[in-house]
Amino acid sequence: MRISLFITCYNDALFPETGKAVVKVLERLGHEIEFRPEQTCCGQMHWNTGYLREAVPIIRHFVKVYQEAETVVVPSSSCVAMMRDHYVKAAEMDGDAKLVADVEALLPRVYEFSEFLVRGLGVEDVGASYPHKVTYHASCHSMRSLHLGDIPIRLLKKVRGLALQPIQDIQECCGFGGTFAIKNADVSSAMLADKVRNVLNTGAEVCTAVDNSCLMHLYGSLHRQRTFVKTAHLAEILASGYGEAVGA
Amino acid sequence: MSEVEVREIAWNTRDFPEAAKDLLENSQTRRNVRHATNVIQGKRNKVAAELPDWEDLREAGSEVRAHALRHLDYYLTQFEEKCTKAGGHVHWASDAAEANRIILELVQKHEAKEVIKIKTMTSEEVGLNAHLEKNGVRPIETDLAELIIQLGKDRPSHFVAPALHVNRQQVRAMFQREMNLPDLGEEPEDLATAARNYLREKFLRVKVAVSGGNFLIADTGGLCILESEGNGRMCLTLPDVLISIVGIEKVIPSFRDLEIFLQTVPRSATGERMNPYNSVWTGVHPGDGPKEFHVVLLDNGRSPILADKEASQTLKCVRCAACLNACPVYHQTGGHAYESVYAGPIGAILTPQLNSMEQGRSLPYASSLCGACYEVCPVKINIPEVLIHLRGKVVREDQATLGGKLSLWNIGMQAAAFLFKDSDRLAMAERVGRVGQKVFVSKNGFIEALPLMLSGWTQTRDLKAMPVQSFREWWAKERGAAKKDSHD
Repeated sequence: MRISLFITCYNDALFPETGKAVVKVLERLGHEIEFRPEQTCCGQMHWNTGYLREAVPIIRHFVKVYQEAETVVVPSSSCVAMMRDHYVKAAEMDGDAKLVADVEALLPRVYEFSEFLVRGLGVEDVGASYPHKVTYHASCHSMRSLHLGDIPIRLLKKVRGLALQPIQDIQECCGFGGTFAIKNADVSSAMLADKVRNVLNTGAEVCTAVDNSCLMHLYGSLHRQRTFVKTAHLAEILASGYGEAVGA
Repeated sequence: MSEVEVREIAWNTRDFPEAAKDLLENSQTRRNVRHATNVIQGKRNKVAAELPDWEDLREAGSEVRAHALRHLDYYLTQFEEKCTKAGGHVHWASDAAEANRIILELVQKHEAKEVIKIKTMTSEEVGLNAHLEKNGVRPIETDLAELIIQLGKDRPSHFVAPALHVNRQQVRAMFQREMNLPDLGEEPEDLATAARNYLREKFLRVKVAVSGGNFLIADTGGLCILESEGNGRMCLTLPDVLISIVGIEKVIPSFRDLEIFLQTVPRSATGERMNPYNSVWTGVHPGDGPKEFHVVLLDNGRSPILADKEASQTLKCVRCAACLNACPVYHQTGGHAYESVYAGPIGAILTPQLNSMEQGRSLPYASSLCGACYEVCPVKINIPEVLIHLRGKVVREDQATLGGKLSLWNIGMQAAAFLFKDSDRLAMAERVGRVGQKVFVSKNGFIEALPLMLSGWTQTRDLKAMPVQSFREWWAKERGAAKKDSHD
């Protein structure tokens, strides 16, 4: 299968290792990966902050870049949630019937990374090994928008040597929420404090998730407190097993 | 009216972040809120999971409420007709002032100096208690939590459990002081007994009662109230005169629809399978209950919400407060940070709309959009979607002013939108960012302090510096040349 990687804007700039890991995992499974350099962003930051009109050209750009793609894989559940929950509405708001139709035609071929492995390819064991204690942070969008359920957990359970540490209050938001972290910095920090305490209580060395946005938030505090806990995107764990170090 | 009226729903003009900052300092309140929401949420999850058709019930509840709102004129007219036929009096109030005037006139007509009240957020919304007091009528709250709020000169922080932010030691201290009971114990039984003794003679003596209503039933002209303490049943049956103030959106088409809501609302609101007291009454009946019954149907900013296609689902709300108990923001701050009668996620969308976006403009941003509210809502209000819609309104209104156009937020967002339209611009910005960040990056490779609004991030969080190579640069270097023409 020819898979087009939408890396997302913040992974491109801040977490290139996640992109490399996605490429590695999918190629190891025998698929061809392409990267369309014209790609930019899904428009989530603008849309969720209320810059609705400004988000439309970004959405249009995304659709134009991937319109002909066979399958699009995205290592970020919140970006996929942006597409599934809001793209049609945005196109309708703009009064662009063609964009509505194009979005509806494209979206069934867009997958979040872990969702693609399990639901798209039917793979749970990708052959990885990662001899560490790991806890899984379930991001809000992965749970409540994409309904990933235990998909990431199933993938983690098949990783050799990995000891999965359950976390308390898994359903609670880490407090990132995009610009919420800045506009409501105090409340966001209070939410983060609870989440970090739960992460630390697991005794894990590494906290993973399917969204680097949450992990950037969590690691911001884990590092500020000079804890030993690292963060790593699920793709980076699934890509390990050939001797290289992985981690934030 | 030439100017937009700012209603009394929001208590003052403090923005959410500012009010929340103060509340976060109050460790006692935060512990109380955390404990109470954990208990209710735990019970709610358990009893919701017991019903195999829970999701179908949510869907059905949503459909019924949406249908009633689409045909609101029809069902309200039907309600008025049936209620009048059953001996009730229906009054229409376009705003808070009109509702207060109608109710005061009714109280004065009966020469009452006191009224007993069942907990009603709609009366909080119009500021009824203050209006009655100003005119020499003493309102007496009979719901235990509302009594605690009233005696403590406090404000409700939750619309099912208004005193959720107070613990029982605090209640005891206040009862000791206000009821002159120096030896009162702190067991729930002690406190309930004190409240019962305080209230009982008032139930027997006071001739006029004021209530809200959970549902207006169009096909019978009846009203429905769900409650836990029995104070409501007393207020609905003992006085000579009953006045109910209810928002126009609370109508449901038929008595049979209660089949849905009597399953979902108690489970969502208090984690009970059924409320201890479920009262439905229709008009008046000689020799049984009040001799005179009035219902005041309140608009107070609801009609314009109905006209907004994106936001009208707000009015499906049945005020169960499940979204408050599920909300991680509410868990931290409690209800007072919203500075509104309606707190939590539903308050964050309802308050600014009832105030025509004049007040509560920071409330749509008081959410991480985590979706926990939508997940528990028994009538499936997509609160995150409405929050975003209202953020859109705030941004558009801000952009219409020079100050808003020149704000750092707007300039930053316009710049980002410009970059995201073209990958060459974005790649260039990434390169510029890597150089520009150097002034902020510490020796350990992390950014520990940022200026202006970005300081909100670094007040509690570090930020790893941008790596030297972006993914797109890595791809171009490692893979690009070989596959460049593969998809153009």
